[in-house]
This record gives sequence, C-alpha cells and structure tokens, in this order.
Amino acid sequence: MSQDGMTDVPGLQPGHSRRNFIKGVIAAGATVSASAYLFRTTIMGQNDGMAGAVERLITLDVNGQQRRVDVLKNETLAMTLRYKLGLTGTKLGCDRAECGACTVTVDDVPRYACSVLTHSVRGKKVVSIEGLAKPDGTLHPVQQAVVDGQGFQCAFCMPGFVMATVGFLKTNPSPTREQLAHGISGNLCRCADYNKILDVMMVAADKSRGA
Amino acid sequence: MPPIRDVMPAFELFQPANVGDALAILDRHGADAWVMAGGMDTFDWLKDRIRKPKVVVDLGNVTELRGIKDAAGGLEIGAMTTLTSVADDPLVKERFPMLAAAALKVASPQIRNQGTVGGNVSQDARCWYYRAGWPCYRAGGNICYADTPTSINREHAIFNADRCVAVNPSDTAPALIALDAEFVIKRGSAERVLPAREFFVGPGIDITKLTVLQPGDLLTAIRIPATWAGKAHYFEKVRDRQVWDFALVNIAASLNMSGTTISEARLVVNGVAAEPYRLDAVEAAIKGKPRDKATADLAADLAVQGAVPLRHNAYKIPLVKALVKRAIRGEAEWATS
Ligand SMILES: Cc1cc2nc3c(=O)[nH]c(=O)nc-3n(C[C@H](O)[C@H](O)[C@H](O)COP(=O)(O)OP(=O)(O)OC[C@H]3O[C@@H](n4cnc5c(N)ncnc54)[C@H](O)[C@@H]3O)c2cc1C
Ligand code: SF4
Ligand code: FES
Ligand code: FES
Repeated sequence: MSQDGMTDVPGLQPGHSRRNFIKGVIAAGATVSASAYLFRTTIMGQNDGMAGAVERLITLDVNGQQRRVDVLKNETLAMTLRYKLGLTGTKLGCDRAECGACTVTVDDVPRYACSVLTHSVRGKKVVSIEGLAKPDGTLHPVQQAVVDGQGFQCAFCMPGFVMATVGFLKTNPSPTREQLAHGISGNLCRCADYNKILDVMMVAADKSRGA
Repeated sequence: MPPIRDVMPAFELFQPANVGDALAILDRHGADAWVMAGGMDTFDWLKDRIRKPKVVVDLGNVTELRGIKDAAGGLEIGAMTTLTSVADDPLVKERFPMLAAAALKVASPQIRNQGTVGGNVSQDARCWYYRAGWPCYRAGGNICYADTPTSINREHAIFNADRCVAVNPSDTAPALIALDAEFVIKRGSAERVLPAREFFVGPGIDITKLTVLQPGDLLTAIRIPATWAGKAHYFEKVRDRQVWDFALVNIAASLNMSGTTISEARLVVNGVAAEPYRLDAVEAAIKGKPRDKATADLAADLAVQGAVPLRHNAYKIPLVKALVKRAIRGEAEWATS
C-alpha cells in the first residue's frame, strides 16, 4: 500500500513518484491516454459492430470542462478522476460503496464514484470537490462553512461529505438536522466527528440558501 | 475486507439505448453476458474477481425502462427506476406506502440514487462464504461452509433450508409480494408475466440462483395492481446499523379491513429463507379476526412453526414473532429512518 491508501501501480520505476508521473501525463496532452502498464487493456475487440457497442476514447463533462479521455470499459469514475484527470480530491476509502469518501455529483445527484462505470456518465455533468469553487477562487458556501466551522479532524472523509451535502441540499434546501443526517447518512467519518460535521453542514445549508 | 484491487477484470461493454437492442445483445452473448442495472450488486462480484463475465450489458441508457406510471389505479414501475425515485414518488407513497418505506430503507442515499428496483429484486445472496468465492453448493460445489459447527451464520436462514442456508437479502421483494405485484420478463421476442412470488426460487428448485432469471432474460417492469392501494400497510426492517446494513429480518404486510376485522391479509418476511417467506398459514388464520393482541399472539406462534435455527441465528425466531405481532397490531415503528 502506498501512502494515500491505494494499491501501488505496477510497472512504475522505483523512485519515480506516481503522483508526479500522472500529473506529467496529464500536462502532456489534451487527450489523456491509458498506458498499458498502468491499466490492463481489454482482452476482447474494441467494438464488435453491434448497436450499443462502446468506444474507448470519450469526452466527459467534468467540473464544467469537456475532457477527452481514453477510458477502459471496466474503469470506475473514481479511477478516471484520480488517475487520468489528476483530480485526487475524490478519495477512495473502501472501493466498495461502503464509506462515501468517493462521493461526487452526477447531474447534481450524489453517487459513489468508486461504484460507477466511467462510460455510464458520458453526456452527464460530473462535479467533484475541485469543481465547487468559482474560477476566481471563491469557495462554494458549503466549503466556506467547513472552513469557518472546522468541522473535520483528519478530513479524509471531507470531500465526500461536502459533495453529498451539496447534492442533498439541491433536493432539500432547508432540512432539519434530522433530515440532513439522513440525507448524508451514506458517508462515514472514521474520526467519528459526526456532531460537528452536522453543525457545520447546517450552517452550510443556511449559507447555500443565502448564496 | 479483500485487498483493494486497482481495476476490475476486463470485459466488453455494451450500452444499448433501447430494450430491443439490449435483448439482441443478451441473446447473442448468452451465458457470457452480465446484465448491469445500477451495478450496486454487480461491482463487488467483479472487483473481487469471483465473477468474470466476458460481456457487460449496461442498461443505463435504456430510458424506456425508467419511470413510474399509473395502471388502472395500480402502478407500473420500470425495472430501471432507481430506489430513490420509488421512495420519493407521490403515487407510490399515496397508494403503496409500504413499498416507498422499503425502498427508503435500502442501503444508503448514494446506493438508492443508483440502485434500481429491478436490481434490488434480482440481487444475489449475501452469504459471505459464497461472496468470497468459496466453492459451496450455491457456487456449484458440494458443501455448505455456513452450516458447520464452527460457521459464522448469524445472518443465515431459519426456514426451508436445503443444503444451502443463504437468505434473500432484498428489502423491496417482500413488499412487492405483499402487494400481489407481477414481474414482466422479456426474452427475444417473447414476454412472460409472473406473480412476484414465482419470480423467486429456493435451493430445492435451483441452488445456484435466487430468481428464475436465465441468461437472455430481461426484467422490464413490475406491475402492482390496484388491489391493495389505500389499504392498511406495514413495513419494518431490523438491521444492525440504520444505514448500509441488510435486513437481519424485515416484514411487509398489507391488510384489508372490513369494519374492525381483517378480511384479507398478506404477510411476507425476508432475511429468513432463500426465498422471501410468505406466511400463508398466518394469512389464513387471521381472516375474520380483529387487529388485537390475541390475533397477534396467535399469528406470531404460527409464523415460526417449522423454524430450524443454526448455531448463531436462533434470535431470528423471537424477532420474526415480534415483527409479526407489530405488523398485525400496526404499531408505530421505533426507528424513524
Ligand atoms: C454496501 C451495500 C449495501 C446494500 N444494502 C442493501 C440493503 O440494505 N437492502 C437491499 O435490499 N439491498 C442492499 N444492497 C444490494 C443492492 O446492491 C441494491 O439493493 C440495489 O438495489 C441493486 O440494484 P442495482 O440496479 O444496482 O443492481 P445490479 O448490480 O445492476 O443488478 C443486480 C443483479 O440483478 C441483475 N439484474 C438487474 N437488473 C436486471 C434486469 N432488468 N433484468 C435482468 N436482470 C437484472 C443483474 O444481472 C445482477 O445480477 C446493498 C449493496 C451494497 C453494495
Ligand atoms: S449458505 Fe449457501 S451460499 Fe452460503 S456457503 Fe452455504 S451453500 Fe454457499
Ligand atoms: S470509496 Fe466509494 S464508497 Fe468508499
Ligand atoms: S474527519 Fe477523519 S475521517 Fe472524517
């Protein structure tokens, strides 16, 4: 296991930081391609010509930008965001739909990025934690409430909680504390800072209504 | 937890845009194809590399399979309708509140936002020996690892076990049976419509499956007749944590009252057998009786007749009794969410 909790990537040279290597790939061209040694390539043909067959080179709408990406058919959105697009704010805790650390919104609905095939979000609006602030750096009201209230301890779970709250507030902008707790109950905090998280997220709801 | 793997094994992916194309792809690939609805039951199998389908057919773009519409006072629910949509739908809440309650108690918000009602009723057993890839009866072998003196079987069956002691884990399945729903299954150009109860199979019929679905089959819709709309409903789920966890036991009941007596009833319990367990004897015995303590006590005793506990799950017997009593008396649930 490497420091950020993910399995080591086979094939990388020792001493060569994976993070820098990936950022380098991203900077190098508009199209981010999957290297055969980073991800296993598909064993079967690319396309057997039937209706519904899938191309690998696709365009994704991520954080308001159109991103051309080479996506494996068996690739999850969390993998694409973190390792193809460099958006490492989306965390992987369990990779099993059991913790919420990977929560992003897809067409404004909170989903577990570890349990979504990237190919299934084509044509949909994906927003990760990196896409919440305005281009001028102004934080989203939910982010601002978290900063002001310091609602987290280690904060590994924080991006997921923020995205879950942003999505939930779209369906219920004025929740009671109990409704909010139910609405963001698909996120775990290993530091068990739940009361404080709920405190700041209630403030976040206020700020979001004002914004 | 198994070690975190980087990616799932490779597969060919199809994303058909309509039912016709989906059926053609399923027909062409037969047993090599895996139907994927929301994927919430599917991904574990693939990530753990226990199942390695060559072809995955993602139904996410088949919009005609999504949505809830009125059908002569009942409802027709597309198989790809998410559990969140079922739980939030005004018509479901008005006519069949017990189904909305069942959908709302599945897993977590993010899972309900993506998981479908079709996937929820079609999901496979959660027995961890099986899920971890042990070559047990259900996996085609000839031993049950959950039914030995040292097995951990707190979540397993108390009724109708036959070699395999796994249970059906679905929350919506008992509600749909208690509403006399019908399941529409398409295959090639043929269509068949099954009463909800007949959709599920026990180990005596097929030990490797929980449902009748065969390769090539597509569940397209669930039809709920008007029969139980506006009648007395009850749903309760007992689980260790109030989010994520599967039911230890859940109960769905619908009661038709004439005056103060029960004229007709459906009671279905899940998490206790490989099939959702319908309490036929109870349904018959409580006809013409009031919703009182005497009826509830009688029903509770009848409900657990024939129960055979394993080493760690005898608690399910008093739990089933308690839930049956509460359903018959219509007690307010102690858990709000
Ligand atoms: C952490 C976690 C917690 C969970 N907790 C609960 C819980 O509390 N209660 C509960 O009931 N469930 C629970 N589940 C199980 C389940 O994943 C969800 O209930 C969900 O509804 C499954 O639907 P899906 O569309 O995502 O299924 P998928 O994974 O897409 O499909 C499930 C199965 O059904 C088949 N299938 C799906 N749709 C069709 C169709 N239209 N025609 C033919 N075959 C089809 C698939 O081939 C697959 O075998 C949980 C899952 C996880 C990961
Ligand atoms: S209970 Fe069923 S699924 Fe579990 S180990 Fe036994 S045979 Fe396999
Ligand atoms: S990493 Fe996706 S839910 Fe835990
Ligand atoms: S603050 Fe540490 S996991 Fe939530």
